[in-house]
Amino acid sequence: MGPAFYIAGAVAVLSTLMVITRYNIMHALLYFIVSLLSVAVIFYVYGAPFMAALEVIVYAGAIMVLIIFFVMMLNLGPQTAGDEARWLTPRIWIGPSILCLVLLAELVYLILQPTGQAGDVITVDPKAVGMSLFGPYILAVELAGMLLMAGIVGAYHLGRQKKKILHRFLERTTE
Amino acid sequence: MQWIYLIPALPFLGALLLVLASGRIGKTGVTLIGCGSVGIAALVTIVAGLQFMNSGQAGYVQHLWDWVSIGTFRIGMDLRLDALSLVFTFVITFVGFLIHVYSTGYMADDPDFARFFACMNLFVGAMLLLVLGDNLLLLYFGWEGVGLCSYLLIGFWYKDPANGAAARKAFIVTRVGDTAMAIALFLLVQHTGSLQLGTVLARAQELWTTGDPTVVLIAFLLLGGAVGKSAQLPLQTWLPDAMAGPTPVSALIHAATMVTAGVYLIARTNALFVLSPSAQAAVAIVGAITLLLAGCSAFVQTDIKRVLAYSTISQIGYMFLALGVGAWSAAIFHFMTHAFFKALLFLGAGAIIVALHHEQDMFKMGGLRKSLPGVFLVFLIGSASLAALPFVTSGFYSKDQIVWLAGAAAGGNAFYSLAAVLGAFITAAYTARMIFLVFFGQEKTHVHHKPGPVMMAPLYILAVLSTLAGFIELPHTLGHLTLLSDFVSPVLPGVVTVHGGVALEWGMQALTLGLVALATWLAWRLLAAPFPDGLKQFLKNGWGFDDAYNVMFVQPFVKLAKINRRDVIDKIYTGLAAVTRGFHRAMSATQSGILRWYVMGIVMGAVIILSVIIWREYAV
Amino acid sequence: MMNTTMEGLVLAGILFVLGLISMLIRRNIIFMLISVEIMLNAAGLAFIVAAARWGQPEGQVMFMFILAMAAAEVSVGLALILQIYHQLKTLDSDEASKMRG
Repeated sequence: MGPAFYIAGAVAVLSTLMVITRYNIMHALLYFIVSLLSVAVIFYVYGAPFMAALEVIVYAGAIMVLIIFFVMMLNLGPQTAGDEARWLTPRIWIGPSILCLVLLAELVYLILQPTGQAGDVITVDPKAVGMSLFGPYILAVELAGMLLMAGIVGAYHLGRQKKKILHRFLERTTE
Repeated sequence: MQWIYLIPALPFLGALLLVLASGRIGKTGVTLIGCGSVGIAALVTIVAGLQFMNSGQAGYVQHLWDWVSIGTFRIGMDLRLDALSLVFTFVITFVGFLIHVYSTGYMADDPDFARFFACMNLFVGAMLLLVLGDNLLLLYFGWEGVGLCSYLLIGFWYKDPANGAAARKAFIVTRVGDTAMAIALFLLVQHTGSLQLGTVLARAQELWTTGDPTVVLIAFLLLGGAVGKSAQLPLQTWLPDAMAGPTPVSALIHAATMVTAGVYLIARTNALFVLSPSAQAAVAIVGAITLLLAGCSAFVQTDIKRVLAYSTISQIGYMFLALGVGAWSAAIFHFMTHAFFKALLFLGAGAIIVALHHEQDMFKMGGLRKSLPGVFLVFLIGSASLAALPFVTSGFYSKDQIVWLAGAAAGGNAFYSLAAVLGAFITAAYTARMIFLVFFGQEKTHVHHKPGPVMMAPLYILAVLSTLAGFIELPHTLGHLTLLSDFVSPVLPGVVTVHGGVALEWGMQALTLGLVALATWLAWRLLAAPFPDGLKQFLKNGWGFDDAYNVMFVQPFVKLAKINRRDVIDKIYTGLAAVTRGFHRAMSATQSGILRWYVMGIVMGAVIILSVIIWREYAV
Repeated sequence: MMNTTMEGLVLAGILFVLGLISMLIRRNIIFMLISVEIMLNAAGLAFIVAAARWGQPEGQVMFMFILAMAAAEVSVGLALILQIYHQLKTLDSDEASKMRG
């Protein structure tokens, strides 16, 4: 693997670390965009340029922008960042981190088991992807389309601003 | 004969009508239904009996419908009319009818008039089903039916807790015997594959040789059932207490019919007992001991009904003795005469009790000879029959036959003879004592109303029967008439005499006569004589059986019940439930609603599963 | 020792576990949504690496499905967060624990 992979990998890991340690959501989101861009580079290195483009356009472009707009819409001020600072004490994060690192160690151990043949990167061109998407996986594509449709309808329905109606359980506790 | 289904059906119908219509039809209606159903059943019995005797058949079976049908195993609703069931049916319906008529007078003032007659009809129906049933299951059905009715009737005046206790005691004690009998029926089904009487008895003779352990076991279990129902040793304790019921009940159930069900059962299954000599000997021994023990207890009782109760136990002991020595027809003969004279005695006692305003203590009676001459006359006849006064009473002929056969029959021996003769002596003694106490001497309680004709008429009829019923069977020495033995001979094997002939019989009769005279004299003399108090109390309490059972069974059982009050066995299940509930609490505590804990759970699970995979697949 | 595939998979694993840690330690519900995105992204990376390893288009097909699913999930998830914020006036996920068992 060339240096491109290592550099992009290091950037991805570091920026993700920054994501999970920021108190301010905006900062975290910007770091996450960096992380996504570096992952896109890795995609390119692994012979999937089309997927790298999709990663940048859809993930970094559309989804992240959606979240950023959302956060701006909620107008979360410095108070939220202060809450985050208050919540993120070592007592909270040390236990889960160790557990997750154990998980990581196990994963790496399993990945590093000798597999016989050393694989090299084989480029899969977008045409082959398109052929198989609209060939054997046409049903899955239809399902994905329906999922997106359901997502749109669900988001519209849930996100509608309506007269505030408290759920009866919540209502009772707020009294 | 095709109408014999009416014989049990009518009393059942009467009971049903009385239960449903009580309170709407008035006393006259109840009387008509209650007495009418049994009366018509008695008429049907007489007609069917005459037809049966003319037809010369050995047995007539009427198939009504299939009751149980499982594969090849069939139990029909079959009624069987043969000599044995005809004798029993006749006694039950006829004596039952007389007692019903008497009851209309005795119970006239009772608020539960209809309930009483419903129970009585139900009882008669069940008893008829017992003796008419062609299979052992039907017999068992009737058997339990009469058990239920005796419970209902003993506890008839349920407002007094003592009556309820007596009813429960009768029910539970007889249940011990019933359980043994049920096991016997199971064994019979297992081995013979049938409960139909004819099939069972025929198969038994093919299957088993004499003395085979299986058939001996079955016979002993049947004996257990008979002992419970017939109040023989060791299950005799319920009968004296059963006198808590109204007197007609005592007459019907505890003298004339129900308690003789055991006699019927053994006579009916005689083939099984013939195959197991040890069980048959046990029948004789039980009878011999019971008749002596109960006789001694009867001698010291103060309650007139308890005297009669113990005398019933003693007389059934005679029947068992006869069955035990193989004198089947003698037992049936004694059953018949006993039903007449014991019903007469109980009804007479009932008349006295009502006349003295429910006074049952004999020492508070006395001198009733003049104030109740009618009752005195019939009571004297009944007593004479009970005491076996020679030549003129039915009791003499039936008992004489048993006394003679106890020694002379194939299964008899000197011990049985001695017991029978001693029993006759004791019987005469306590009967004489009862007569003297009640009818002679000073009048201690004033007679406040005399029994009406409706009560006296059955007494007269029974008095006549008590005298005449004996003349259908006369001993060798006196004319040798064997109407009854001949009549039942198709069903019951004849008696084989081995131990001595006519000379012994003469001797026995002379001895009995002498002893009866001696006993009467002694009773007269001893009336006022002091009697050792401890012994008297011991005998009066029926040889302490009640106390012994109380210590041996009742108290341990009560203790066990107390220990197990919180239900020890159930602890396992409640414990299981508690553990499950605990787990549930623990599990629902993890449902904190905090999302991060759920994710934590997933991570933990992943770590554990990966660890297991690594450990199993790759660790060396 | 490490070949190309292993390197890619290890990177995917590291990114996934980072997302998981973030999921566990954050209480802000938007951060939890971002953590889910990180983990999905890591999973997509693993698929791309597998596609390169075998030279088959299926890995990339899977990544496209993940992408579509992530888009739908984010839109619905944001709508739900909006509702929670309106109801509870906070983004603390521990506040939304009224439906405990």
